[in-house]
Amino acid sequence: MGTTHISTGETKSSRAKTTAARVLSYAFLILVTLIALFPLYLLLINSTRSHVEIGEKFSILPSTSFITNFKSATMSGGLLRGIINSFIISASASILSCYFSAMTAYGIHVYDFKLKKFAFTFIMVIMMIPTQISAVGFVNLVFNLNLNDTFVPLIVPSIAAPAVFFYMKQYIESSMPLEVIEAARVDGSNEFRTFNTIALPMLKPAIAVQLIFAFTSAWNNYFIPMLIIERPENKTVPMLIATLRSDVASGGAAADRGNLYMSIVIAIIPIVIVYIFISKHIVQGVALGAVKG
Amino acid sequence: MKKEHKLVSYAKWGYIFIAPFFIVYLVFSLIPLISTFVYSFFEYSDSGLSGATMEFAGLKNYTDLFTMGSSYNNGQISILSYAGNTMIMWIMGAVPQLLFSLILAVIFTSARLKIKGQRFFKTVIYMPNLIMAAAFAMLFWALFQFGGPIDAAFDWVGDASQGKFDFFKNIWSERTLVAVINFIMWFGNTTILLMAGIMGIDQSLFEAASIDGATSWQVFRKVTIPLLMPIMVYVVITSLIGGLQMFDVPQILTNRGGTLNGSKTLIMYLNDFVTNKQYGVAGAVSVLVFIITGILSMIVFKTMNTGDKPKKKAK
Repeated sequence: MGTTHISTGETKSSRAKTTAARVLSYAFLILVTLIALFPLYLLLINSTRSHVEIGEKFSILPSTSFITNFKSATMSGGLLRGIINSFIISASASILSCYFSAMTAYGIHVYDFKLKKFAFTFIMVIMMIPTQISAVGFVNLVFNLNLNDTFVPLIVPSIAAPAVFFYMKQYIESSMPLEVIEAARVDGSNEFRTFNTIALPMLKPAIAVQLIFAFTSAWNNYFIPMLIIERPENKTVPMLIATLRSDVASGGAAADRGNLYMSIVIAIIPIVIVYIFISKHIVQGVALGAVKG
Repeated sequence: MKKEHKLVSYAKWGYIFIAPFFIVYLVFSLIPLISTFVYSFFEYSDSGLSGATMEFAGLKNYTDLFTMGSSYNNGQISILSYAGNTMIMWIMGAVPQLLFSLILAVIFTSARLKIKGQRFFKTVIYMPNLIMAAAFAMLFWALFQFGGPIDAAFDWVGDASQGKFDFFKNIWSERTLVAVINFIMWFGNTTILLMAGIMGIDQSLFEAASIDGATSWQVFRKVTIPLLMPIMVYVVITSLIGGLQMFDVPQILTNRGGTLNGSKTLIMYLNDFVTNKQYGVAGAVSVLVFIITGILSMIVFKTMNTGDKPKKKAK
């Protein structure tokens, strides 16, 4: 930052003030860190404790029932099946939405055509429309096409992802010189090959960020799968998580509290681990303001 | 001559490249959206075996919506009380969220404080945003339920039948938990957006203010806040649009609405109609939410275009 030179010639009292402000700031940062982490910490701790221990007393120290809980949470196979389903859906949806959004953004950036401006404005307008409000029409369409209880309606619509498109468009504008594409043409590359072999590799950083966002939002999606999926073996992780509560009430497997926490751990942790590795790009991605909605 | 030919054929490629996006949008979003609107003017009934019937009903679904009372709330009109619930829980989460995020954004961007470990703090506070809302809600239920860790930690919490406080038998504790979850999930995101806003402010303004002897508080009030206004409006309204869509957390935490349906939101109400195949009324709820969202989005676009912030922060 360009303001550091101001500190030269500070008086003693103003330096003391700065120190005090710094101490307060760190205290505040530690507080919010605790707010963000404490629920997850309690989750992890309780996933290592047995049903009886959890009910008996509060503890912030782990216990020894991790393996037992893991076994009982995965024993019936339902949760593992759900993870596989969720993974298939999220991986396909995120790849499709990144590829086709990048393609759309590239198309609008590189080519000149009559409806170019309209296409861009149109996508900007639809970006704000919540998906839930077209649920009635969507559910009907899915049933009319006989696609209910399949993964198709959870995967294919992600080809049209306005937010991903917008991010890609921003990125292309700032980082892809048109000369590169011209050069490829001169070399005789056709338009699709130019996009796949020259443009896409240049978009790698943007694609990495958006893959994670798209994957996460598909992984976490609860509203739409709940309306589409019927058979237990097709259920996704959030749907299974949502049934834990009634499972507890009916004295099912999740009535074992250790099992309950472990099931939540299994739903959450994969995303957290991936996030830790690539968090730098994610935080920058959010700063671009392209992620909300 | 050759160049002319090239231009024409390239335009064709533009359409080919954007076609998949628009075709899929048309089929899976636009047609459903329009048919949702159409449904809102029809009486839909699905009697099972004989199949579904649709009859034109004019505005009946809308008038029904504004006369249907909730059996819980002394016959108060359901949609209004659910809209109220949505707003209450949004405000309870959004106000502290904005306050915390503003403080954090100022701390992170302050040249005077020179905070170390910024990357760590930002990583941690953003993380809850990526966690499955359904799982977050279930976690809070598990922590605060009778027999859970909070119950084990405090004597006054536990089974309501034994005269103790039960978090899930009280409207306000349920709403508070929903708001707390939303707060934890979103304050990191808001912080990063506000930081981007502050860093977009011309640094020389801060320097000039310091040279003129302004205190930090004066700089914050007279320089940061006014210049941050467009971003703040953007943040508040996108948060409100997100708040209107509140579903996963209250649905799972309070088991479809909680005590006296005090935590039932508009989208949870919509969801009830969709699952009960009451497509007409469901359509009417959708249209209402669409209109409100549309108005809010227009405000966002207006403020983003009038405030001459750099384009990259505009949506």
